[in-house]
Amino acid sequence: MEYFLQLFFSGLSRGSVYALIALGYTMVYGIIELINFAHGEIYMIGAFMGLIVAGVLTAMGWPVLSILVIAIIVSVLYSAAYGYTVEKIAYKPLRGAPRLAPLISAIGMSILLQNYIMLAQTPDFLPFPRLIPDLDFMERFSMFLGTSDLFIIVTSLVVMVALTLFIKFTRMGKAMRATAQNRKMAMLVGVNVDQVISATFVIGSSLAAVGGVLIATHVGQINFVIGFLAGIKAFTAAVLGGIGSIPGAVLGGLVLGWTESFATGYVSSDYEDVFAFCLLVLILIFRPAGLLGKQRAQKV
Amino acid sequence: MAAENIFAHVKRALIAAVWLAFLTAPIMVIRVDTVEKTVTWRWMHLAYMAAGSFLLALVWYIMLERRDRGKANKDAEGNVKESALARGFADPKLVKPMLAFGFVAAVAFPWIFSMYQTNILVSALIYVVLGLGLNITVGLAGLLDLGYVAFYAVGAYTYALLNHHFDLGFWTVLPMGAIMGAFFGLLLGFPVLRLRGDYLAIVTLGFGQIIRLVLENWSDFSFGPSGIANIDRPGLFGIPYSVEQATTYIYYIMLGLVMLTIFVTARLKDSRIGRAWLALREDEIACQAMGIDNTRAKLMAFALGATLASLMGVVFAAKTTFVNPASFTFMESAMILAIVVLGGMGSVVGVILGAFLLMLLPEYMRAFSEYRMLLFGATMIVIMVFMPKGLVRAKRKIYKINAETAG
Amino acid sequence: MKAKWFSTVLAVAMAGMLSMGCAGEKKEEKKAEAPAPAAKKVLVLGVAGAQSGDLASYGLPSVNAAKLVAKDLNAKGGVNGMQVEVLPMDDQCKPELATNAATKLVSEKVGIVLGHICSGATKAALPIYKDAKIILMSPSATSTELTQSGSYPNFFRTISYDLIQGKAAAEFAVTELKVKKVAVIHDKGDYGKGFAESAKKALEDGKAAKVVLFEGITPGGVDYSAVIQKIKSTGADCVLFGGYHPEASKIVTQMHKKGLKIAFVSDDGVKDDTFIKTAGADAEGVYATGPQILADNEVYKKALADHEKEFGSKPGAFFPQAYAASQALLNAVAKAGSTDYDKVVAALQNEYIETPVGKIKFDAKGDAEGVSFSVYQVKNGKYELVK
Repeated sequence: MEYFLQLFFSGLSRGSVYALIALGYTMVYGIIELINFAHGEIYMIGAFMGLIVAGVLTAMGWPVLSILVIAIIVSVLYSAAYGYTVEKIAYKPLRGAPRLAPLISAIGMSILLQNYIMLAQTPDFLPFPRLIPDLDFMERFSMFLGTSDLFIIVTSLVVMVALTLFIKFTRMGKAMRATAQNRKMAMLVGVNVDQVISATFVIGSSLAAVGGVLIATHVGQINFVIGFLAGIKAFTAAVLGGIGSIPGAVLGGLVLGWTESFATGYVSSDYEDVFAFCLLVLILIFRPAGLLGKQRAQKV
Repeated sequence: MAAENIFAHVKRALIAAVWLAFLTAPIMVIRVDTVEKTVTWRWMHLAYMAAGSFLLALVWYIMLERRDRGKANKDAEGNVKESALARGFADPKLVKPMLAFGFVAAVAFPWIFSMYQTNILVSALIYVVLGLGLNITVGLAGLLDLGYVAFYAVGAYTYALLNHHFDLGFWTVLPMGAIMGAFFGLLLGFPVLRLRGDYLAIVTLGFGQIIRLVLENWSDFSFGPSGIANIDRPGLFGIPYSVEQATTYIYYIMLGLVMLTIFVTARLKDSRIGRAWLALREDEIACQAMGIDNTRAKLMAFALGATLASLMGVVFAAKTTFVNPASFTFMESAMILAIVVLGGMGSVVGVILGAFLLMLLPEYMRAFSEYRMLLFGATMIVIMVFMPKGLVRAKRKIYKINAETAG
Repeated sequence: MKAKWFSTVLAVAMAGMLSMGCAGEKKEEKKAEAPAPAAKKVLVLGVAGAQSGDLASYGLPSVNAAKLVAKDLNAKGGVNGMQVEVLPMDDQCKPELATNAATKLVSEKVGIVLGHICSGATKAALPIYKDAKIILMSPSATSTELTQSGSYPNFFRTISYDLIQGKAAAEFAVTELKVKKVAVIHDKGDYGKGFAESAKKALEDGKAAKVVLFEGITPGGVDYSAVIQKIKSTGADCVLFGGYHPEASKIVTQMHKKGLKIAFVSDDGVKDDTFIKTAGADAEGVYATGPQILADNEVYKKALADHEKEFGSKPGAFFPQAYAASQALLNAVAKAGSTDYDKVVAALQNEYIETPVGKIKFDAKGDAEGVSFSVYQVKNGKYELVK
């Protein structure tokens, strides 16, 4: 039983990492139906911004927690700016183009950003300082969960709730839902679609940056390719939960984390990804729109 | 007018330069070491960045304005907007000499250029066929497949393993590879019949990953990540030959296979099943209502695409004489998809151009050494932004009914 | 429409100026590199390996190493009166690109090649070099069969191969650490799995310890706690890890977080200062095998200082091996008087040279002789030789 619990919590902390990245992913997808391959790269840039801020402030001798807060704020601002620019360069001109065109420019953008960071910073791995201090009361649970794991889980849940409320109740949120349902109709009723999409990218990228900094400090190292795997996992998690659904992204992330963790624990970590993808196929066969996705009736 | 315009361009270029300089400043300028607590400032980078982006933006705005003006004039005259390229392919008078010239050039190529050029051209030709294969699944039938490279891997490992264990030759395995490919295509096709759009994309992506992971982990079967070396090159009636001659030989084999594939796909496109695919792509329900067997059409698309990929896998294994799972990553699938989309979905000529562009560009960019992938990514974005429908637009066949003869 | 053009411009400008900005920096480098007036003849040293993509951090240090050695020799008048020119060739560690890189190097008429970085890419490229009679020396391809199978006579290397590394690590764990139950973990890669498999074989043959777990982890993962819980449940008293330092540091930190404090023995890919930096205090006590680089090795000290001066940073993975390989190759060409295949091979096999990895020459199979191989342990933030 204890072994089971350990695996459960391993899955939880791994899953919450996936969930945190998937939140931004699913949001962008929900609005413009684009598999945004550059999302992982924005996450990576967020982590690098966090590292740079942390590096400068550490050299100046600031206290750890204030560094964490400032690093997250700066990284959010910059990543949002990157997300905004990326959208303006690579996706906006392609509105109305065939569906796969933005997918390819997203792949191009992903290659571009990766190499940009590699050249401007370093190809090597960089240590990321531990900015989350260990809380005393977590000591008792250290067998199961560390403080930074807890931090990430709580952040994912807070972000999930905040996003859901935002989309449900604010004016912008309503505009987003309208755009997601039918872009042309939204335009007709006076929604500024360009603005809505920009806002989506800004929010999605900010979330990626929060994830970037928290996960980097949890893992302890970053380099220019971390975004790639993160992007794929987030994509999988988002689809598993029902793409476009915000609680779905968190659920999908956790299910993915648990599957991998239990597969490792009871079978072999050699095939953890195989199990994860097989589960994905199974879920999609029985629920073709994901766990929490809406089954839309096909209109003829 | 000119002075005013230039002023406006300068202003816009300045804004672009300032925004980008701001955006890239921290990452370009600051390098930190959190362990030794040191910070390196590289202000010069910012200056290069700003100056460079200003100049480029300026040139770009001026060029674009000229282009716009040219376009506007043309439209006023009522000309059809069609690129010279597309016109060239449409004009029957031009097509034949062009094809003839292309054929002669292709045949003479290895005798004129170095082994390196021939070698990368073989890679490009392999990707032409891969692109044409994926074009069937994605371009014609509209099934987004992100795990296409899995079939390529199936072919490569079929040859590698059969050659390693049973000493089977290239020509024996080639048809076997095709059968294996079709089998795996159907294997993937069945469970995903119900899925649409991006849900299909993620499942195919997963399938691609599963194949690679199995190859990586099941060492007893596939020799794991260390791969299989010393695979035989294609046999030529038992005559021994050098690596350079082998490259030329494989080049001709590929040339033949490419022509065969072009012929087959072109014929398929106009066949009954080809038109069924197009209908499937446009509207699944309407297609079914018209009495087309959706299941069959979908499975055919997967199986045929997979067969071509698997054939290429066999050639790939014979060409590199070595296979390991590192050649079959998700990035490879993404590249093949990029070939199809960049070239122009559904268009054979487009896919060929796309394959040449995406495979040869990184090679010819070697002069830029570490900057080449950066430029490559940028090129992909620029082409997509300028030509969202791809380099060559696919043309739908127009059926003309002649009332007199029909009557 | 306006917005469209604007964004296009941004896209191109961004790429363009990045390259310009960086190219500016690069030009400076080049100026510094060639102080001598343009010599009539040049000796081209090809450097092939992963120079972009996810494995770039293992390939780029060897380019730097080759540049430093070339600069050093050029300042002394070059090799046989020829200036040495370094020609980097990217293969991203992919077999297919490796054959492209190899044919490109052959067409460029390079004399000798330093590379490739990954064993797989090396195996794919070797037949091409073999046909063109070009000698290849890798700083990091550890696959046993590259030298031991005898099918690649033109291949040399300055790193010891999987079989030796895995055996050394296994023997060390059994005889020195007296462990009884070993969990062998690898990163599913070419290098890591090769090491892990030979370590496993050595342990099973030795019969003194039991392999209780043999598993691969997914490289680049964020969380390895599940596999750590599994190690814990097997009651292993030692972890043998085959792979590179990023995964190693994640595993070690997470092991300590979960209160699993057992011996951690790993390979050359972990014996890297970046490992100590990323793992921090958790790196203490970790064992790694590697070539013996004596603290008072003058060549290595000089190489380090030169790197700091030239590139403003500490060198990366496999730098000492790459430096040694460049030295050995260029020295052999100098001794042979030309890049003639047989003469260079003879020179490689007979002439000793002082390198960062020791005073070396090569045996008939292509492995370096004179590289003393030992086990290191992290003590006070530094790798120290285990006596």
